[in-house]
Amino acid sequence: MDRVAAQFPEAVAERYVDRAGGAWAVIHAEWLPKVATFLKMDPELDFKLFGSADAVDRLHLAESDPRFEVVYFLYSLKRKEHVRLKVRVTETRPELPSLTPLYRGANWWERLVFDFYGIRFTDHPDLRRILLYDEFQGHPLRKDYALRDRQPLIPERPIKDIFRGPGTSGVA
Amino acid sequence: MSDSHNIDAQKPHNPDTDGFAHEESELESHFQTKNMVINMGPSHPATHGTVRLKVELEGETIVKIDPEIGFLHRGFQKSCENVTWTQCLPYTDRLNYLSAMMNNFGFLNAVEKLIGLEIPERAQYIRVIGSELHRLTDHLTCVGATGLEMGGFAPFLYGMEARELIQDRVTELTGARLTTSFGRVGGINRDLPEGWSEKVLKSLDRTEELLVEMDGLLTRNRIFVDRTKGTGVITAEDAIDYGWTGPALRACGVDHDLRKVQPYWVYDRFDFDVVVGQHGDNYDRYLVRLEEMRQSIRILRQALATIPAGPIIVDDWRIALPPKPEVYGTIEGVMAHFKLVMEGIQVPPGEVYDATEASNGELGWYLVSDGRGRPYKVHVRAPGFPVLSALPHIIQGKMLADLVPTFDTINMIGGEVEQ
Repeated sequence: MDRVAAQFPEAVAERYVDRAGGAWAVIHAEWLPKVATFLKMDPELDFKLFGSADAVDRLHLAESDPRFEVVYFLYSLKRKEHVRLKVRVTETRPELPSLTPLYRGANWWERLVFDFYGIRFTDHPDLRRILLYDEFQGHPLRKDYALRDRQPLIPERPIKDIFRGPGTSGVA
Repeated sequence: MSDSHNIDAQKPHNPDTDGFAHEESELESHFQTKNMVINMGPSHPATHGTVRLKVELEGETIVKIDPEIGFLHRGFQKSCENVTWTQCLPYTDRLNYLSAMMNNFGFLNAVEKLIGLEIPERAQYIRVIGSELHRLTDHLTCVGATGLEMGGFAPFLYGMEARELIQDRVTELTGARLTTSFGRVGGINRDLPEGWSEKVLKSLDRTEELLVEMDGLLTRNRIFVDRTKGTGVITAEDAIDYGWTGPALRACGVDHDLRKVQPYWVYDRFDFDVVVGQHGDNYDRYLVRLEEMRQSIRILRQALATIPAGPIIVDDWRIALPPKPEVYGTIEGVMAHFKLVMEGIQVPPGEVYDATEASNGELGWYLVSDGRGRPYKVHVRAPGFPVLSALPHIIQGKMLADLVPTFDTINMIGGEVEQ
């Protein structure tokens, strides 16, 4: 991360090493493809293995503006270390440049983030829902999506006294 | 019948067919082909786990394949974010029903990193033992099922016999066959039962015999080799680009095992090899799994021989439940017990990413805590997800028959992939 900060001083908004020794940095959205390309292509860094991607809805955290934080997990087989890139996204314009042209592994993870959080990835080749069905309304991992909200595609049979998962009081 | 008339003249004129009806011979008309779309799944005998593969075929060649994975989706993350840290454990078990303890311990490892907690040595040993036992059951099922779907029933039965033996030992240890919920934050739930180690060693002896049988039946079997060798090939660069880890990546020739490169628990004390393939095809993935089982048995023997005595969970009432005499006899014990059960463990605010080597690859956990008793965010990086996402890349343009061994050896676990 020191090298990234040296290479792109204006791209890095914040960087940190957490309690377990994992390094992460917050990148401004427009710099994301450049920084990721640098991390992947630089022969010394060599972050070629795309770990995963996910988002955090910061609605109930102390600083909730901008609301979303998309996290990319990259791994370098050469340096044997994980690194995470974070990009903050506002609620009004949840949009990011896609990393799929760079890492083919990003394809499905970005679809997952789109499905669960409603964050769009520009120039993603195949942006559609991955786990939920197309008719599903809303994005279930957002903190303001109620836990007990249910949208069955086929109407459920009424069954008395069934436990519908944590946080529900047994009512469908 | 004097007035004969021309039938053709009376037939209505059809501009669509008249033009070329006479040009096409009858033989050619039978060879008119078009692409066919078939659906494999959601629960096809050759697709392990619930997944639907929309396969577009031209003859027997796969033109296009689109895996659809959402059938089992249970809202794992959302469920975890609404219960206490300890209550997440049963959910993590159900991610991979063949190696539940690995998911369980991997999650706990991440939570402990977030707290900054060192667990007792004996607990670390027991975690290694549990993980390796479940690595064996996972690989046995995968290899056995691969053999089964290539037409060999006997290797599957041998695999199941070994798996049942190990699962009996797991049952004695944890009280459950599949979803064990054996770990606790700060250690594990129960100590090893009396005489258990000897029973495990005997079961491992039998498992090794059964591995020899499976090896002998499959590795040089003409049908098996013909169907797996050279099919489902992926290069190391592509595999890395897609984010592959675990046996599937090692079969491409990449020497990468988190147990070696960033040893967690006590893995650095054991002598074992990282198994690496060459070609990245189905046959290599099968061979890597077969050899990894032998390495697991090696680790297990060393761990059982050197396991130290001592506590199995940290002695900290803010994290582990107090012993029962304290709960029933002292007010401090009652309070600690009540706070832990009602509010959960108070994990300090912060975030962590921690990965362990599960049976199919890197199992990563990204946890965000806001300082309360419940996780704010639980992200799981399941090893099967990136592996399955590369399936269209490796199978398009190949034959339909290659899909079955490829799907077997990449070993997608439905619960993980569907989160």
